[in-house]
Amino acid sequence: MVKSMRLQHDKKLDIEKVISDLDKYRPRRKGWVWRTTQKKYHIGEFDYLQCSDNLKQSQPLPAAKSFGFIDPQPDVVITSEIASGRFEDDLRRMRMAAWHGADHIMVIRTAGQSHFDGLIEGTPEGIGGVPITRKQIRATRKALDYIEDEVGRPINFHSYVSGAAGPEIAVMFAEEGVNGAHQDPQYNVLYRNINLYRSFVDAAEAKTIMNSAGMAQIDGAHNANATARQAWKVMPELMVQHAINCTFSNRTGMPKDRICLSTVPPTAPPAPCIRIDLPYAVALRELFKGYRFRCQMNTKYMESCTREATVSHTLNTLISRLTSADIQSTITPDEGRNVPWHYNSIHGINTAKQALNGLDGLLEIVELKKEGPLREKVRELKERAVLFLEEILEIGGYANAVKLGFFVDSGQYPERNDDGISRDPDGGVGVGQVIPRDPDYFAPVCHHFGYNKIPADAGSTGKVCDAIGGCTLCDADKIQYIDEMDQEDNVNVRMEKVKPYLNSELIKPEVQWSGDGYLLVTLFLPAEERTAEFAALEIASRMGLADAEVIHRQVMQNAEGTLIEMKGRLDFSIITSEIVVPPKPELLEEEEIRKIFQENKLTVVAATVGEDEHSVGMREIIDIKHGGLEGYGVKCHYLGTSVPLQKLVDAAIETNSQAILISTIISHGDIHRLNMKKLHNICVEKGVRDRILLLGGGTQVSHEVAVECGLDAGFGRGTKGIQVASYLAKALKTQKRS
Amino acid sequence: MRECDFEVRRKHLAGLTDSELEERFWGLTGEIMEPLLKIAKQNTTPSIERSVLLRMGFNSFETKELVDKCIEHKLLRKGAGHLVWRLSSIKGISVRSAGELLLQDREWETVKSYLESGEEYAPATR
Repeated sequence: MVKSMRLQHDKKLDIEKVISDLDKYRPRRKGWVWRTTQKKYHIGEFDYLQCSDNLKQSQPLPAAKSFGFIDPQPDVVITSEIASGRFEDDLRRMRMAAWHGADHIMVIRTAGQSHFDGLIEGTPEGIGGVPITRKQIRATRKALDYIEDEVGRPINFHSYVSGAAGPEIAVMFAEEGVNGAHQDPQYNVLYRNINLYRSFVDAAEAKTIMNSAGMAQIDGAHNANATARQAWKVMPELMVQHAINCTFSNRTGMPKDRICLSTVPPTAPPAPCIRIDLPYAVALRELFKGYRFRCQMNTKYMESCTREATVSHTLNTLISRLTSADIQSTITPDEGRNVPWHYNSIHGINTAKQALNGLDGLLEIVELKKEGPLREKVRELKERAVLFLEEILEIGGYANAVKLGFFVDSGQYPERNDDGISRDPDGGVGVGQVIPRDPDYFAPVCHHFGYNKIPADAGSTGKVCDAIGGCTLCDADKIQYIDEMDQEDNVNVRMEKVKPYLNSELIKPEVQWSGDGYLLVTLFLPAEERTAEFAALEIASRMGLADAEVIHRQVMQNAEGTLIEMKGRLDFSIITSEIVVPPKPELLEEEEIRKIFQENKLTVVAATVGEDEHSVGMREIIDIKHGGLEGYGVKCHYLGTSVPLQKLVDAAIETNSQAILISTIISHGDIHRLNMKKLHNICVEKGVRDRILLLGGGTQVSHEVAVECGLDAGFGRGTKGIQVASYLAKALKTQKRS
Repeated sequence: MRECDFEVRRKHLAGLTDSELEERFWGLTGEIMEPLLKIAKQNTTPSIERSVLLRMGFNSFETKELVDKCIEHKLLRKGAGHLVWRLSSIKGISVRSAGELLLQDREWETVKSYLESGEEYAPATR
């Protein structure tokens, strides 16, 4: 066994260590893990009704800053699909995803693997996904072991058991501790044109093996959503597809609570999507009671606008909360324009987490109507699905239905547009490879589906595999591990090329692979669409960006201008050792601050200045209730909002204050800078600048900006009272010494 | 092309309660899947046989070659794992060694004649 590595939150994942000693690695557990939930959680100041246990370490939502940095983890498993083609880079993204709350990592396979009749070995680079090999799976599971220890929650690892090599992949996954997989023979038949009988015969074996390892299964019905021209019309068919895979899986022995329906709200705005998607979601939950729901987000109507995708995905999550979800899958908001980038995977996870947090306990205060249009539509969908099944039997069964193009027809059943996918049951990839088992057919291994005649002399008194002294599912030491097959196309060669980037010796912008150099430029150009697009490319060229490409264009108004988002590659790197990073100010301990202010009485005046009515920020800094200056024994004269600077300086002189604190939130026309400069100048004019400390704060203020404007210190967004108190205490101490 | 005739088709369902409708849904699905389950029980495929050999401790290259050879010899219907196990039992050698012999194109006739004779065989050693 390989010893576990303890990750440090401020150190990068050591990929070299992950891929070393893989021949000795064994998975620490097998099977799917749901989140641990209790009825009620009290987190921060709130009660949560649909939550799960907190993580040991995590990255909360940005707004958590105003809520005591809480990071409530919803009760549902959250999926992130990660597969850039290089698994070594994906491992780092998996860690980022786990910190944001993903506990289901789904690895997409490289293009073409579903037609590969056998297993692939080594670590070749993939296209649109990763070649699923034993080494890659082992390395990923091992890295996820480290990561799940770091965040304090089990992480489910997931990939695909479909295509021409389903049973073999299922064995490899079961051996290697993969926790979940897509498995649906209909996917092979409809979308990969693999022979129908071969697909179902293979599927029975694959499902049996998956079940033996406690894996969760996700079906492939959602693909009909993505394929059909009008996705909302295939709802009756989707129910039929779900039922076919559910029944088939269940009859091979897989329990309902590990069979997950992959379901997507089929529509998106500008359609009135909730009114269409909700009855469908309700009908599914009612028909498929006992099964689990993997709620996917809509990809069918995604364009290149990440904002638009995020709103659709939030509405999808509303459907999850109005009905139910066991797994909330996420789609990156940039999937409509490029292979998902690191930070967009995180945005996708956060869209789910944020929406689920926000909708926590929704059904405690609203309920779905028990009569009216919702119920009528639910009933209608169920009836349409039943009629679909009836017609399958009438025309002679499933194989004939596939032949006649019953599936993925864009008509809402029983309407038919004759544009469905038709497959010849006696054709397709792997035709003629379904072979009848002889009466003495024997497979001396465990978890084999169907007829198996154990010979009398096999010695299989307990388990079938006793005949061979144990199979790999019973004795992991029998598994043969193959390392690399290709001397050029492998992880070691790739990592060698980007070595300086792995330990941050050099840094470059990165969106998916170490040192890829890609960055995004957002610009508004006051020109019509095509002019804007070509002007943007010209700008990229003068900025020195290589391979520039406009990935989003959106007309603001035909004549007035266009929003452009453009990617391009930087061809230089930053040498980290040459960068001057100013040290972060060190905070004094609370007790020490109090002691300093006890010995050196401090009085300050404070106000929001200019024509600015924002009072919250300053209150946070001075108010005793918010851990502000008053709590440390500082006497504060708060003058309110929209206070003229002159008045503030006069007040400081009058009260004999040693410091003036201004808040300047509005920043239009650089008014925040002007205010700070003016404050400094008034103090100079009055001859008090030497004895009064000037502090500025606001959303657009930083220490550097404030100092540039003549103040002593500046504090930006998210500043806490202790930071200001610590600064003032240090300044007082220094003054005293001098 | 077919116009939507839902209102006509649904007549026989109109009187069913929700639970009767759901029962019908699952009854029909079961009926549709039955023939495919039967086919799955009674047949095998190259991938299934390779998966059996994987479970017996052979690697992906060996399983591919062994199954291809089984197909050449028209013996896949007996089970690829069966052949390897039976040869090991006939020769009194390990499963791994038996697989290696077959990979070297040796002893195919031994297994073939044994399996096709259908006779009981006293293994050399057990």
